[in-house]
Amino acid sequence: MLFLAALRTASGGPLVTIEVNGVRIRGRTISRGETEGEAIVSKRNFSFLGDVDPETGIVVAEDSDIRGESIAGKIFVFPSGRGSTVGSYVILRMAKKGVAPAGIINVESEPIIAVGAILAGIPVIDKLEKNPLEMIRTGDIICIKAEKEGLVKVKRRRSGESKR
Amino acid sequence: MHLTREEEELLSSDNETIAKCMEILVAIGEIYDADRLIPVKSAQISGVSYDNIGDAGLEWLECLNARVKVPAYVNPAGMDVERWKEMGIDIEFYSKQMRVLKALQRIGAELSLTCTPYYLHTPSFGDHLAWAESSAVCYANSVVGARTNRESGITAIASAIIGKTPHYGLHVKENRAPTIYVRVRGAEVFNPSFLGYLLGDKIPGEIPLISLPRTVTEDELKQMGAAMAAKGNTALFHVEGVTPESGDFERPRERMEIDLAEIDFSSDDCTPDLIALGCPHLSPEELRKIFEIASEFTSLGGVKKEIWLFTSRKVYGENDELIKKLESIGFKVFCDTCMVVSPSTSRYECVMVNSGKALTYLPKLRGVNVIFGSIKDCIRRAFSDD
Repeated sequence: MLFLAALRTASGGPLVTIEVNGVRIRGRTISRGETEGEAIVSKRNFSFLGDVDPETGIVVAEDSDIRGESIAGKIFVFPSGRGSTVGSYVILRMAKKGVAPAGIINVESEPIIAVGAILAGIPVIDKLEKNPLEMIRTGDIICIKAEKEGLVKVKRRRSGESKR
Repeated sequence: MHLTREEEELLSSDNETIAKCMEILVAIGEIYDADRLIPVKSAQISGVSYDNIGDAGLEWLECLNARVKVPAYVNPAGMDVERWKEMGIDIEFYSKQMRVLKALQRIGAELSLTCTPYYLHTPSFGDHLAWAESSAVCYANSVVGARTNRESGITAIASAIIGKTPHYGLHVKENRAPTIYVRVRGAEVFNPSFLGYLLGDKIPGEIPLISLPRTVTEDELKQMGAAMAAKGNTALFHVEGVTPESGDFERPRERMEIDLAEIDFSSDDCTPDLIALGCPHLSPEELRKIFEIASEFTSLGGVKKEIWLFTSRKVYGENDELIKKLESIGFKVFCDTCMVVSPSTSRYECVMVNSGKALTYLPKLRGVNVIFGSIKDCIRRAFSDD
């Protein structure tokens, strides 16, 4: 793994660190499924009722650290859910429109997110061995395998950023 | 969480509704470290008003393809299903709301359309339930001594269809112990809704053991709990010497003193264009009390303002005579809905209520100004010009 990463750098390519075997982190499966996508990371608790435009998947919450960005089709990494339980229905609705996240990683999940994701068939993993808010950065390619045991694979860092 | 073989089979059922419901219960169980699933006697489903759940909720309900295994009651809708026009509900809302009710009926839920299901079917002490309506959860746990967590509409449906709930939280006796002792003084100014609102604000999420300054009725405990649940997410409280589990635990060391005589009850004033009573839905006793108080004022002439009362269809049906008398003096009595979940109250400017729960939700959900008073204050205001 290290060997390959070093080769890349030596060959003069862009500063992309490719983890061939990937960083693998175990967690707890909340909603089953397998998915892959680009990470979007927020450090704020999230309410699907009100914090996001359900038609587009763009975050609209005034105080959000990812305001104006889209969570559609991404692996959405955030601490936990909050707010109204109607948020569960919003997740389902977004999924039907094709603008829901492809997967969710929480520090610790709660019922609104869990229920919505299960209805919508979106994989959710929480309680990772390492804090996902520190491990994962916006733009990383993340692979989620949420079966009996949850597994998160961080496949590649975004171009121009090096691994911490 | 341990699952029986039968439960494992439901998890991989060919029926997608059943598999999803089971998956939801297992996920909730995992989140809260439940050891197993336990059977429930009944479920109570919130998120019934179309105004609340919108098309997202409606579409999901219409997709359900299973029937409830235990009795399932449903919360109020966004309108009186018979007198919706009189409430100012438009045909579009009416037809969407009726689709929600039809979907719930199709899965076998009883269209009780009330936040007070305990007036229809009172649970027994120790019964495990999966109820969602926050004021009913508080009443069932505290006044009846039944056991339920605060479910969401969806988890209540999942429990209704599977007939079980994860064993955690308030289903476990030791988690029902009080966390703070609250001594309340000021019998002469005691108002249960106001006290509930105050406690919800000051000690959210706690399980208080409360010492009250005077005896209270179950209706007053209902009002107090509804306000605490709305303002402070309270799901259980104990009242010393009154509620069934109040003597089962040691008195908590953490203490709080409240002298109601020292607290300023007054709120911003406005001239109400609607007076609304019945959050939670009125009991037969409360309807009688309202009529008695109103009778003191009828010599002054008829009502000068809109005054709406909300109760369940069942209580309405069983109290014909009383309802007719109330209607004859100008009160409107609506069923199946309430001032909080119906969009009909949004068109008013200033709504007067006796409910701490309505006081919490009306400004946010309906965008109206709210003033608060006792039942008597509210009725007096209905007969006056200011």
